[in-house]
Amino acid sequence: MPRGSDGSGRGAAQPADVSPAGDDGSDARVAAELAARTSYGRLVAYLAARSRDVAAAEDALGDAFAAALKTWPRIGVPDKPEAWLLTVARRHLVDAARHAGVKAAGAATLRTAVLEAQQEASWETVFPDERLKLLFVCAHPAIDEAARTPLMLQAVLGLDAARIASAFLVAPAAMGQRLVRVKARIRDAGIRFEIPARGELPRRLQAVLDAVYAAYGSGWEDVAGADPRQKGLAEEAIWLGRLLTRLLPEEPETHGLLALMLHCEARRGARRDATGRYVPLTRQDVALWSRPMIGEAERILAAASHAGKPGRFQLEAAIQSAHAERAVTGRTDWEAIALLYEGLIRMAPTIGARVAYAAALAEVRGPDGGLAALDALPSDAVSTYQPYWALRAHLLKRLGRATDAREAYARAIGVSEDMAVRDFLARQGSAEGEDT
Amino acid sequence: MKYTILIYEAGADFSARTDERRKDAYWGAYRAYTKALTDAGVMVGGAGLQPAHLATTIRQRDGKREVQDGPYAEAKEQLGGYYVIEVPDLDAALDWAARCPGAATGAVEVRPNLPM
Repeated sequence: MPRGSDGSGRGAAQPADVSPAGDDGSDARVAAELAARTSYGRLVAYLAARSRDVAAAEDALGDAFAAALKTWPRIGVPDKPEAWLLTVARRHLVDAARHAGVKAAGAATLRTAVLEAQQEASWETVFPDERLKLLFVCAHPAIDEAARTPLMLQAVLGLDAARIASAFLVAPAAMGQRLVRVKARIRDAGIRFEIPARGELPRRLQAVLDAVYAAYGSGWEDVAGADPRQKGLAEEAIWLGRLLTRLLPEEPETHGLLALMLHCEARRGARRDATGRYVPLTRQDVALWSRPMIGEAERILAAASHAGKPGRFQLEAAIQSAHAERAVTGRTDWEAIALLYEGLIRMAPTIGARVAYAAALAEVRGPDGGLAALDALPSDAVSTYQPYWALRAHLLKRLGRATDAREAYARAIGVSEDMAVRDFLARQGSAEGEDT
Repeated sequence: MKYTILIYEAGADFSARTDERRKDAYWGAYRAYTKALTDAGVMVGGAGLQPAHLATTIRQRDGKREVQDGPYAEAKEQLGGYYVIEVPDLDAALDWAARCPGAATGAVEVRPNLPM
């Protein structure tokens, strides 16, 4: 994979992108990959926190990982691979600063930063984990919302632009440019690497959590129903979620988000039947749900609720927890779910939440009630929202309005990206389709 | 901006058009997609194309006509149809391209049209 200043190759240090160093280099490669996975974000954060130059930090680290692959097979894996990588990366930063020469101001800052880093990073002590600051920078209000998640995935996890672009349905070159621009903005606008003050923390944290959750949902039409083979960036998002709970354990929303993602992930195996057909949540075989993951999600959510600070992600996790109950009780408490959605809508009136609320209402009050809730939604916001049309079609069918239902099914099929979902909707829409 | 969505279909897609068991799903998906484009007000035009074995390719070389049976290039996937849409930007065009039934089985290519 080419690396260069266009930003498309920022992931040079990402394990999957490290080219094989030959048979004799496999140990070194494994060690480099391990170091990459565990310390890539830490090293980027540490270097960038001083220079504010995320791109330069990534470039320097990319070079360091490349150097590791070349040298380690000969000299053996160093005792402290992270320290080795950081030393080499810093040397590259100094070189880069020297080459940049004329760009005096930037270079001077960079040089100071590097010297400072050298003094601070005494390897007898643990070097500070600046990833939380980096996460807050990635989701800073001055950063375009659409760029936050991609930036986070690249800066903290080292994913390359092409992979991120696929997940977000953006052309790889455009994603590369977007990332380059946003990193230049961080550097040039002088966005500070810091943990926001207490008063500002909730709002800023929400942006960080949103960005992580967007990674979980990336490339999915609907998290609850997506193709299990199309994993998107679910694993990466859960990894970031776990990291956040470690970095900010006192904030219950970080735990809420992790619990939510684990609940969704627990059902991955049940979303398709043996022949690959889409299975909606209400008809999933609970035996296929991952009990350990549900158990972990429940423990995390329960612990979070002790803080007595409810939030959007805790509520969303609670809704998924209510669905998970079916594995134990054999039934779904739609009344409880509708209530939770009411609370969620008060906090975050997203289209997704409002459509889901209508679905719950339909179970509690009948299809008329659900349909009334759908009718209340602004038509602009739902015109291409597949779950809206799928639910609308389903409710119209239950009401016996066959013509309207067929039309709504066609609309749902027309805006669906997933072939299995399309087939499911087509079966539902045809006369012989059984009802959910 | 106008974009063209070019749909490259594999042999299985072309045969699905007439296969008794698969044709309803095939045409149903395209009908629904076309309707969604129209309802959203982004549809400019388009056409479905007969399979590539019905294609004839012509080249003029040194004043001579070369006429060849079949498509311009032999490939596993062949142009099966196209849509022209009018949307604000590439992101919106890609969103629509991803919903095209051909994206799930073959490949769809999105190109900005030249301004006319």
